[in-house]
Formats: sequence, structure tokens, C-alpha cells
Amino acid sequence: MSLEAFNNRNVTEGDYFLCDIEDYPQDGWGKFKRVVKRTFRGELFVGLWVVMREMIRFDIHTIQYPQEKMPIGPRYRAVHQMKRLWESDTERCIGCGLCEKICISDCIRIDTRIDENSRKEVTEYTINLGRCIFCGYCAEVCPELAITHGGEYENASDQREHFLLYEDMLTPIDKMKAGKQLEFEGFGSITPHEDERVKKTPLAY
Amino acid sequence: MSKIVINIDGKEVQTQEGEYILNAARANDIFIPAICYLTRCSPTLACRICLVEADGKQVYACNAKAKDGMNITTTTENIAKERRAIMEVYDVNHPLQCGVCDQSGECELQNYTLEMGVDSQSYAIKDVDRSSHDWGHIHYDPGLCIVCERCVTACKDMIGDNSLKTIPRGGDKVADEFKASMPKDAYAMWNKLSKSVIGLTNGTDVLDCTSCGECAAVCPVGALVDTHFMYKSNAWELKQIPATCGHCSAGCQISYDVKHTSIENPEDKIYRVMNEWNYVSLCGAGRYGFDYQNADVTKDEEAFNKAVEAFKKADTIKFTSTITNEEALLLQKMKEKFGYKLVNNEAKAFQRFLKDYSEVSGTKLYTSDLKAVHNSNFVVSIGSALKTDNPNARYALNNSMTVNKGAGLYFHPVKDPIIEGLGKSIMTVNHAPLQEEVALYLVLDLFGDKEKMPKEMSKYLASFHSEKTVTVTETIKEKVVEKVIEKKVNKETGEEEEVEVEKTKMVPKKVSKEVVVDDNKLLEILGADAKFMETLEKNLKKKDDFQMIVGPDLYNHPNSKNIARLVALVEKYTAFKVTMIPTLTNTLGVALICDLDDECGSYTIGYNTQGDFTLSALGDGDLDMPAMNQQEGTLTSINKRVNPTNAAIGYGGYELNDIANALGFEAKYVIEYTKELPTTVGFKTQEFDDLPNYYENDGTEVRGYVLENVAVDASDDETVEKFSDDKLEGSIIYLANPVRQFTDFTYKATELDEVSGIYMSEEYLASSDFNEGETVKVKTEYGEVSANIVCDNKIKGDIVVVPTFDSKLNSEALVNGYRFAAASIEKV
Repeated sequence: MSLEAFNNRNVTEGDYFLCDIEDYPQDGWGKFKRVVKRTFRGELFVGLWVVMREMIRFDIHTIQYPQEKMPIGPRYRAVHQMKRLWESDTERCIGCGLCEKICISDCIRIDTRIDENSRKEVTEYTINLGRCIFCGYCAEVCPELAITHGGEYENASDQREHFLLYEDMLTPIDKMKAGKQLEFEGFGSITPHEDERVKKTPLAY
Repeated sequence: MSKIVINIDGKEVQTQEGEYILNAARANDIFIPAICYLTRCSPTLACRICLVEADGKQVYACNAKAKDGMNITTTTENIAKERRAIMEVYDVNHPLQCGVCDQSGECELQNYTLEMGVDSQSYAIKDVDRSSHDWGHIHYDPGLCIVCERCVTACKDMIGDNSLKTIPRGGDKVADEFKASMPKDAYAMWNKLSKSVIGLTNGTDVLDCTSCGECAAVCPVGALVDTHFMYKSNAWELKQIPATCGHCSAGCQISYDVKHTSIENPEDKIYRVMNEWNYVSLCGAGRYGFDYQNADVTKDEEAFNKAVEAFKKADTIKFTSTITNEEALLLQKMKEKFGYKLVNNEAKAFQRFLKDYSEVSGTKLYTSDLKAVHNSNFVVSIGSALKTDNPNARYALNNSMTVNKGAGLYFHPVKDPIIEGLGKSIMTVNHAPLQEEVALYLVLDLFGDKEKMPKEMSKYLASFHSEKTVTVTETIKEKVVEKVIEKKVNKETGEEEEVEVEKTKMVPKKVSKEVVVDDNKLLEILGADAKFMETLEKNLKKKDDFQMIVGPDLYNHPNSKNIARLVALVEKYTAFKVTMIPTLTNTLGVALICDLDDECGSYTIGYNTQGDFTLSALGDGDLDMPAMNQQEGTLTSINKRVNPTNAAIGYGGYELNDIANALGFEAKYVIEYTKELPTTVGFKTQEFDDLPNYYENDGTEVRGYVLENVAVDASDDETVEKFSDDKLEGSIIYLANPVRQFTDFTYKATELDEVSGIYMSEEYLASSDFNEGETVKVKTEYGEVSANIVCDNKIKGDIVVVPTFDSKLNSEALVNGYRFAAASIEKV
């Protein structure tokens, strides 16, 4: 086992590097030149022309968001959902931690414990939506089809970090009872004809 | 052992004569699959997956010994078929719970199933009820168990508890149709597998052992797991911090597995302790005593300034041996600069003992180590409660007996069922306290070369021998001639007639004989049983590697000087090599580095011990210090190795180095002192960051470095005094800890739940009018202690054990150095 990682005690050094940026003008003349250059480049008029052109065409497709909303495709990867089992209405999540492991932006964390029935229980589950890049790996890796993406894409918040908790994601029990839980059809969902591909294990019963 | 060359898959491989093929392959980075084999233990032959072809014949690599010029193929078509079938069998009825299993990807069943490319199942058998068992600190799930018996092997061959065995599974036999259709070895393996599961040897469902947890560590699947770790974390989330266990002098390699505490708390927490179980075995304290850190400490400037003031005022620093080499050196440097007295009684005693020893032996240190004990086949232990002073020494003793067919001789006043339970070939002699010298004289007498020995010595030893005539009853077989009347048919007449026939018979007969035998008075003094010599003679057959372990009872013995000289003489005039058990974690390091004083001065600073100003890593002092799992540094182990340890958990407060810097020293980190450790006593000039901490595939320990055993001037004076007749009798107490406890740090660990108190054996409780839980007052001529009685079934006999792991008990006050004392015990 290499001990290098433990021997570097300089915490300020990391994998950071500076990128090449043109020097900012320091004197007044330089600043003035930059203003003039930016002002008369003419890019402003390109934008104005596009607006003008679309305005006089009169066949605008703009949707009046947020009053109007487009339907979202079933494979769309927006804010996560936690599904329940159709048979028993209990949570599908078994706390295996594969989503935590596979998450490339490291935004999922799970706390588990052993419960009174000697089963693994998820005590808390968080997704940091500020870090999540909605890649869909968590939904794909989930062996129980428990964590999936949903259609809820409005997740603006006043802080860069904001967390989604287990109960926020879990299908509400009344919705479940009403049979309104939607199955996810994107990454990780069951493909058609799956049954035909399964090899049967012999049984001695 | 001669070197030989074998050929594995076309690769020339050098190995030792008699080495198993599997080990030879592993040492040379050649992969042979194997599940049930444990390095250092005897082959189990349960999994049969290590099948290889040697010179055209199929053999099991784990128990076939390499011969010169052998040609070995690791995979043939047939072997591949066997292995695949074996893995398929292991997968029969194995629950598909990999998602929640605590093995979480560290699973050998999973690995080999994938390695052998098992993608379908051809076998089936009815499952039986395999509900899980709660065995206290261990949880057993037979549903996940593949009965590789690695736990049984580790418990028997390494630990010596013999707590686990295979028990009948019940249920169906493997269907006959498979016999023809299956590969042969796979069928045989399945046949055995379908008949057994793991159970306890004591027949109950309550595990009563020394709780080392090694069985859970070696389990290749998630069948045996540590209860405290169940469903806590996936293994892959844990970061492994290579370290050295800080509880006793064995200095075991461990890794602290750390992860953030919870979603709310990002601070690191130790979730479990792992080890390289093929090469090192941990005890319960090492495995479960990990959360003794001094948590939530911040830089308390006021306390720090007071500490600096105290250091300016003080004239003595009192400390314990739970300290790194670097800090010990720092204390020594402080002594040199400011003239402090350094007081550490237990290290001082060991230092004195080593010095007296080296005066005769001519070496600074003892010559052997525990690795040599592992490989030996006759071990003598004197003056140590082996199982608690240094559990690894017990493992070494047991391992030498089980794997090398060795034998052992254990001299100790306290009867120990754990040691007695190691096997038939261990002989225990429970002599009276203070008689350790006699035991050493006996070793000299039994094994010493009387010709080479100094004249006075051999004469002195001869004085204990006398001839005596004893009557022995022997059973001999005697020839007896009998006359028997038989009925026979006369051939001529056809009539039956009686004929007298002479018959000879062998009849056993008891004969008493008078025999002149040698009478050894030393044996009588020690209280060895009558058959001692007879058993010893039997045990000594085919023994060629002798090791002696001496322990802390001797360092504080009133005649310790004489004892140290005797130990050196044993080494000189017998085939024994000596290993000494340092009393605490780094007693050896402290004894080598520090110049220790006997008496405290007027103002004492206590480091992890009570002083006028106390620095404590337990969190109860005037200034907080980091505990061993929060420090980096080196520890000197019983194997004379300087092992590096890393900080597993963060620490926010001040440490000794900060105080030293405030007093004029200049070192950014305390590990800058690693390279300054004194080379005159054997340390090397090496930077801490260059010290490795791992094992190689062939078991070579690459951890830190080994101390050089510096030669010292020995005097030619080999005279030793005769042993004193003093012995303690009557009601006796002994200062020792229960299994899994060493110091206040182990006491602090949440998983180690031993209760502090006065430890009495079941036997003693039954024969006296004391009961468990009662408060008693123990009084010796030096002091007295009151505490509750705790029943301990890991000791036997009448000696009462008073532990030292709870410093509030203040048990040290009961004795004057020597660990035994006569005491009166009465109910309060």
C-alpha cells in the first residue's frame, strides 16, 4: 500500500492550476481602449436583428413559462424520485449504496443501520442537487429500480447547495394507494422481453 | 531447509523444500485460486478449488509439498471444469442479497464466481432452515456460509480457543444423479458441504471465547460479521489508514477503516479495524478497541499557557509507555535541556532487566521474536499471563503447537483454562509466586549443556538430583500354558471323544518392580505433577527449535537482577532463544530511548497519568492530548521492530510537540524526531515518511525497520545467586487484566464491555463465601482497594486477579512492583 497520500501534510496544495487569461488593462488608456473595442464590435446589432426578425414573422413558438409548461418525456432526467413496491407499498430502496458509489459528482450520501427486524434500514438519504449533474447513473445502477429520475425540473434555490431528503423523494403513500406512481422508463428500467433472457435456476422442490 | 526450483506454468520458481505449492506460487505472484487455505495454518481441504496438476497428477496446491524439479500446471481443461462446478455448488441456494450483505464486494464467493465465469446453475438441493445466530460480538448467518471452515481453522490453529467446529446441517443428501454427471472433486466437496454448517464447540448457542473476532475477519463471505459493524457501512466507502495497534507490545499491523460519521457530521469516524489476517492475527482489544480517541478537542489557549507555565515550574515528568518513540525522544530531549526527571516505573523495571540481561549475554536486546516462536516447535513461557500480557505471544505458542506439531511448557502461578485448552502437548506448571527463579533453574537443568556450564552451576543443579527407588506397576504379557479338554470327532470311528489339548495364551499381568529413578527436587518445589518427566520426554520427541518467552512478572521480581542473568544463561547454555514481553505498548522503545529516574520530584507533570499538572489523551486532564489513533509516529514492538502508525482521526487540540516548541524546541511535526532516534541503541536514521507498512505476498513483513541488536560489553562474570526460598502463600492477588483489556484506553472503547472489579475464578467463588457482584476490600501490606467481585471463567484456581486497565481502581497501590502480593480479602 502506498503511503504517499498520508505523507503529504500540506493541505493547501491541491490539483489546482492557473489558466491563461489575458491581462486586465491597468491604466486608464487601456481601459478606455477596451470599452471602445467592446462597444463598436457590432455584436449588439446581431442580437437586435434576430429579435427584430422573429418579431415580424408572427409565428412565435415561445411558451409562456411559467404559466405554460411543456410536457416532459418519460426518459427525461430531472429531480430524483424514490419508488415504492407495488405489492406492499414499502420502500424499494434496500440501502445497498451503489448509487452513492457510482455518483460521479459525489452528491449522494446514505446512512444505514440494522433495524429491529435485522434488516438494513436507510435512516437518511440525501442528494445535494447543487452538485448533481443529472447524469442518471444512480437510476441506472439501482438494482431495485428504487431511485429514478422524475419530471420535476424546477429546482432553483437561493443557495448553491440544497439537499433533497429521503421523504422528499419517496412516492407519497396516498399517491401510491391511489395507484398513481409512475414507472420510470429511462436509464436502468426494465427493457422489453427481459423474461425471455433470464436463465432459470434448477430447483429441488 | 534447502532451496529447490520448481516450474509453475513454465515459470522457474525458487522455493524451500517442503513448502506447499500454493505458498510457493503466491510468493512468486502466480495466481492459484484458493478459498479455505490460511497462510500460517494447516490446510483444511474444504474447498478443493486449489486443484493443480503436478507432474501429471492432480493435487491440491494447499497441501502438496513442492519437490525439486516439479512441473506444475495451474489450469487444465479438467481442472477448469472442476473449479467451475465447485463455484456453481457454492452458489446453490446462496441468497441473492449481495446488495445488503456486509461483505459488500470484498466477497471471495463473488470474486471466484466471476473469475470462473459461472453464468448458469446446473445443480440444486433442498435448502434447510438456516436462520441466523447472534453470538454476541459475532453474528453468524448460515444462509450465507459456504463452510470453507476458515473460521474453524483460524480459531484452532492460530488463536487456540477451539470455539468453532462444523456441526451437522441436517437436510437432504446430494442427489445420486449428480455423482455420475458432476466432476469428481466438486461432487466430493458438495457431499461434505451438504452435511455441515458452523457451530459452537460448547454445544450451546452462546459463544464463550477470548473474543478476538479473527473468525469474522477471515470469513470470505458475509456469514460471520462483527455485530457492531452490521449494516453500518459498505466496505468500499471506507478509507483504510495503515497503522499499528497501540494497545500492547505486539505492535500488530492494522488498518483503521474510516468514513464520515453521518450525513450531518462530516468528521471521520473509525468504523472497524482490519488486518492482513494471513500474516497477522489480532486480539479483541486490537479489533474492537478502536474508538478511544480524544474527541471534540479544540485549541484551549488558556489551558495551553497553563501547561507551558507548569512545564517551566515542574521538575518531573511522569508518563506511561502508551507513547510514540518520537514523543519519548522529545521527553528525553527536554530532560537534557531542562533537567527534568523522567519517571516511568514499568519501563524502568524493564530497562533494568534488559541491562542486567545484557551484562551476561553481551547484546543490548533479547535475541528472538514472536515470528521465530511461530516457527519453532518447543516453547517455554515463564513469568507471564500470556493470554492477557501479549495475546500474540499466545497465538505464536498455539500456532507452533498446532502447525509445527510442537509442545509447550507454561510456568505461571495462575491457572489458566485458555492456555490449558490449547491442546494436549502444553504442560502447565502452577508454581508459587516468587518461584520464577526455580523455573529458570529447572530449564537450565533439563535442557542445559552441563559440560559447558560454569562448574558451580552444574554442581548446584546436581545437588537437586537424588536417586530414589520407586515401585512401579507394569503390565506385562505372560505366556500361560493351559490344558483344555476338547471334544473331537474321531476320524476313524466317527465318534465324539474328549481329547486333552495344550494351548498357550498371552495373559496380561500386573507386576510390581522396584526401579531406581532420578528424583528432581526442583520439580517438587515447583509443584509439577508426578508424571512431569514422563510427559516431557514424550513431548520432546522430534523437537529441534526451542524458544523461551519471559514476561513482566520477572521485571519487577525482587530478585530480578538474578533472574535476568539466569535468562541470559539459559540462552547461553541451552538451545533456547529468548523473547521478552515488554510490559506495555512501547515499553521497549521507552526503555531504549529515555534515561529514566526512580523518584518523582516536588512538582510533577503527568502524561496520561496523574500528576500535579496532567496532560491526558483520555480527556480528563488539565490539557488534552491526542490518543494513539490520532497521532503519527513509531512504536517499538516485541519483535524489535519500529513500526509506523498514522493518524486515523483528526485532532483539534495541542500536543506535546506544541508545548516543546513553546519551550524552545523547533519541530513542525513530532515525526521530525523519527530520524533522530538514537542509533547507539539500534534505531536507524530514517525519515518517518520513508517507513513502509505492509506485508508482501510471501508473508515478508515490510513494516518500519528492525532494531539492530547492538553488542555491549559483557562481563565474564557468569555467577548467579541461588534461588531464594521465599514464596507467597495463602490468599494471593495478581495484577493482570482480563482478556481484551490493557489500559484506560481499551477501557474507554465502547465495544469492549469488560467490567472493572476484582476478578475471581468460578472455582474460587464456589469454594469461598464470596458472590459475584458483592463489594470486597482487598488489603495488602502496601495498600487497599475496594471493588465489586467479577466472575471470570478465563482463570482458574484461588489467585484473585486485580486488573490495571481501570486507573480509578488504583490497583497499583496493592503491590510493590512485583505483580503478586499476599492479601486479605473481606466483604464490605
